[in-house]
Amino acid sequence: MPEDSGQKENNRDKGFVRRFLELPPDSVPKTVFVAVALCLVASMIVSATAVSLRPIQEVNKLRDKQINILQVAGRYDPSENVTEAFSVFEPHVLELDTGEFTDAFDPTTFDDRAAAEDPATSVALQDDPASIGRKSKYVTVYLLRNEDGSLDKVILPIHGYGLWSTLYGFIALEEDGNDIYGLQFYSHAETPGLGAEVDNPRWKALWRGKKLADDSGDLLITVAKTAPPQGEDYHVDALAGATLTSRGVDNLVRFWMGEEGYAPFLENLKAGEI
Amino acid sequence: MAQTKRELLVDPLVDNNPITLQVLGICSALAVTSSLKVAFVMALAVTLVTAFSSMFISILRNQIPGAIRIIVQMVIIASLVIIVDQILKAYAYEISKTLSVFVGLIITNCIVMGRAEAFAMKNPPIASFIDGIGNGLGYGLILMMVGVIRELFGSGSLFGITILPTVNNGGWYVPNGLLLLPPSAFFVIGLLIWAFRTWKPEQVEEREYKIQTVEAH
Repeated sequence: MPEDSGQKENNRDKGFVRRFLELPPDSVPKTVFVAVALCLVASMIVSATAVSLRPIQEVNKLRDKQINILQVAGRYDPSENVTEAFSVFEPHVLELDTGEFTDAFDPTTFDDRAAAEDPATSVALQDDPASIGRKSKYVTVYLLRNEDGSLDKVILPIHGYGLWSTLYGFIALEEDGNDIYGLQFYSHAETPGLGAEVDNPRWKALWRGKKLADDSGDLLITVAKTAPPQGEDYHVDALAGATLTSRGVDNLVRFWMGEEGYAPFLENLKAGEI
Repeated sequence: MAQTKRELLVDPLVDNNPITLQVLGICSALAVTSSLKVAFVMALAVTLVTAFSSMFISILRNQIPGAIRIIVQMVIIASLVIIVDQILKAYAYEISKTLSVFVGLIITNCIVMGRAEAFAMKNPPIASFIDGIGNGLGYGLILMMVGVIRELFGSGSLFGITILPTVNNGGWYVPNGLLLLPPSAFFVIGLLIWAFRTWKPEQVEEREYKIQTVEAH
């Protein structure tokens, strides 16, 4: 008996953690202790990493988006500073329904994707050819001006579903709001070598100089195997071996350039009100 | 388990390769080998995760209760994977974009779990660390071999540098589209296993059945 009390005495001296460490591994208190301690330590390490690296990640994301906008507008030069080159673009938050810019949000911080999920700033789509579910009422668009202040290009964000994934990208239009300057996707997960050929520079180059609509305003642009009767000006050749991705791009471009998308804004643009 | 450190490191490369002998970690080998750059980063990430998770698990091995040992291993592995993912997003953004979901899937890579359970639970930390590195390298070796075949014949390039100019880019080479799709990795890995076992017949598993010969009366 005296030995036993000596043991207890001893245990009390050792402190809380030590006492747990010396329990047999398979006892219940030990199991609970290990589970709790491990979860605490692991979650602290993980959150510390996530929080400390977040600023760098945000910068990367922003830079990536800016590079894509520069590329689609044909202004990207790898040797130049991205932030500096990007400063020539004028960001605006556009209200899709009216086709007019709004001052309700700060265009440098407005998050299009978050807005598309927030019921207050988005609508659920009934007729949804681009398979995006909800559409934000507000989007960030970018204007590029000539040196004399006249409009050169507008860069509009577009997105829609391809075969496996939602494709996010930008389309650059000339100042008349009808001629396409370029189209580029910055985020997608289509099949490498087939659907992912949307990133192929040769395919992207096909978009340059195409027209969205004819003189009477009918939206004709299409991504298809054969040209529509109105001619090659409205036709971008579909990707070989990627029928569904091509169809997705076709749907999303027609959706965003149509009445549900940027049509009101493009009307204003043509009327010279921007 | 009286293996020297050198054996721990070199054995998993050929003689005890996690992919060709143990046939583990196949799913990620299918997914990330269509381009070498991605395969390389994936191999590096798996090597680091296997090495460090084995080391930490080995340090804790005498404290881990048997009843929750798998969960404990998973928590350690998952934490390491998240850290790798966060670091890639911060310092190698382009690559993390191409790897996307597959980094997260390292958690489910059987090699990491397999080494934790089979080696790290019974061996000291440094040996476990080296064993992790060795197995990661063994995995990486196969990934690179499959990657070379798939990228060269599927896209006509290696590490993104054009070797065979493809028709799509105005060259002469008509790429084999199948090699860009995951099933082709099955064929390539299958052929590799065949090649390895022809080279080292001792890797051939014993048949589970015996062909009976009926004697004629």
